[in-house]
Amino acid sequence: MAKSRAFDVRRQTGFVPLALLCFAVLYLPIILLVVYSFNAGQSIAIWEGFSWQWYVKAWQNEKVQDATILSLIIAASASVIATSAAVMAALATTRTRGFRGYTFVFALINQPLMIPEIVTAVALLIFFAMIKVATGYTGLMYLIIAHSAFCIPFAYMPIRARLQGMDLNLEQAGADLYGTPWRVFRRVTLPQLWPGVLAGSMLAFVISLDDVVITEFVKSAGQDTLPTYMLGQMRRVVTPEVNAISTALLAISVALVIAFYLLSKSGTQTNRE
Amino acid sequence: MAQASDTQATRRRWLLLSPALLILLFAASGPLLIVVIYSFLTPGDYGGVVWKFSTDAWFNVVVERDFFDDTLSFSDAHLSIFWRSVKLSLMTTLVAFIVGFPTAYFIATRPKDKRDIWMLLIMIPFWTNLLIRTFAVMEIIRNEGVVNSLLIGLGIIDQPIQMLFTEFAITLGMFYVYLPLMVLPIYAAMERFDFSLVEAAYDLYASRWRVLRRVIFPIVKPGVIAGSILVFVPSLGAYVTPRVLGGGKQLMLGNLIELQFGQGRNWPLGAALSITLLAIVMVALIVYVRAAGREEMSHG
Repeated sequence: MAKSRAFDVRRQTGFVPLALLCFAVLYLPIILLVVYSFNAGQSIAIWEGFSWQWYVKAWQNEKVQDATILSLIIAASASVIATSAAVMAALATTRTRGFRGYTFVFALINQPLMIPEIVTAVALLIFFAMIKVATGYTGLMYLIIAHSAFCIPFAYMPIRARLQGMDLNLEQAGADLYGTPWRVFRRVTLPQLWPGVLAGSMLAFVISLDDVVITEFVKSAGQDTLPTYMLGQMRRVVTPEVNAISTALLAISVALVIAFYLLSKSGTQTNRE
Repeated sequence: MAQASDTQATRRRWLLLSPALLILLFAASGPLLIVVIYSFLTPGDYGGVVWKFSTDAWFNVVVERDFFDDTLSFSDAHLSIFWRSVKLSLMTTLVAFIVGFPTAYFIATRPKDKRDIWMLLIMIPFWTNLLIRTFAVMEIIRNEGVVNSLLIGLGIIDQPIQMLFTEFAITLGMFYVYLPLMVLPIYAAMERFDFSLVEAAYDLYASRWRVLRRVIFPIVKPGVIAGSILVFVPSLGAYVTPRVLGGGKQLMLGNLIELQFGQGRNWPLGAALSITLLAIVMVALIVYVRAAGREEMSHG
């Protein structure tokens, strides 16, 4: 012990200060953003006392209200659709010997992670413009489908991970006892899979809620979500109202991410038992 | 009998896959083909396209075309935007590596039960809104922002330094938003690192720098390559960060593409630029897959 204190083989000169600097850099801008959302004054740099006024202003702003509702509708729909599709896809691609077309399926599912968002956004703009002209429909479905697509890989990952760690024997037993496939899935597979499903749907929700680029290109007139509304605001003189909206959105994301972390942690622990 | 159950299993598998594949083909992959087609059409007067074959868009990506109206010919600008995109993305990747590597090392050398918490601290900003994080950077570096106010308050400068709407601002912003993507794979590679190797090296009188360069780095190199790709690729296609922090003055590829669908009213050119960006990204990914494959081979 004394020796290791004298000469720590893990030590590298300057690494600890750099790492701590990294954490400071990651959090300082966010902390300042949150702090100034409570500023009594107009400024985002000069502190003039505590106030809730910007939250009240944001809350009463009708455009913010509409954008919030739209964001939540899209995120919830996309999360449900993406998670359902991801559960089925995960059931088909895990616990099986490789099959023909596996590489294609894998590439397709992970494609939204690899292709630059701006390219997908442009592609959807063109494609949906054609459909809009052909059908005359300009509703929310375009945004919901587009969001579902890029949420699928995020929902798929934790579900697949959970499936791979699961015990096949229970399902086999269920089938041996003449359970129909659907019954076995509902009574045996799904309860075990549930933490993965929950985690996947939360990730999908966060990803949809945060999206700017694809939404900006796909939305029809009057379909601003919270992020695209904020992007529009940033061209003007920014007041702490944008800080207040950001802080609220941050709070939702952080809460969901921490819940996701605890969920996946408890999942691996029960697996070890 | 076995044959029959095999076909059944196959049918069941594709049935289960169909919703995901249909959504992805409809709203992610399929439309990419239309972009390719659009890049070979003629631009319409008010946006959109005229269905007439043309390779003009592809020429316009790089070659200057002299119209009577000078305002329409800015291919020089295209090349400088390409160059800026590559330059800033490389700088972002380099800075992210310089900061991310020690951070991953730091986390990997914490006690086992503390590592998850440190990693969570890296991942929380990553899962929060990219626009908000960009906005947070903007607030700090603007002329009336905290950095300038502080420097003026301390009497170090008397005029605010113009940081916002510069290439520095874009690089800083991209570094800030993509840093976790560098830390994550390096940490994953380092977590399994066996420190008895380092001990052996020290017993053989290696210096710390030599241990880092010759023992630790070669083993975590696949993680470094993965991290570099994960930072470089989204930086190259970045749209939000250069728009907010570059303020429409310092365009990157993403903004140039958007411009063609907005004020530019040249959809085919926008399509050709998108395919170009996609091609560069694909080359980067192939280089990565090759490099990762070679690493795996050499390490058995």
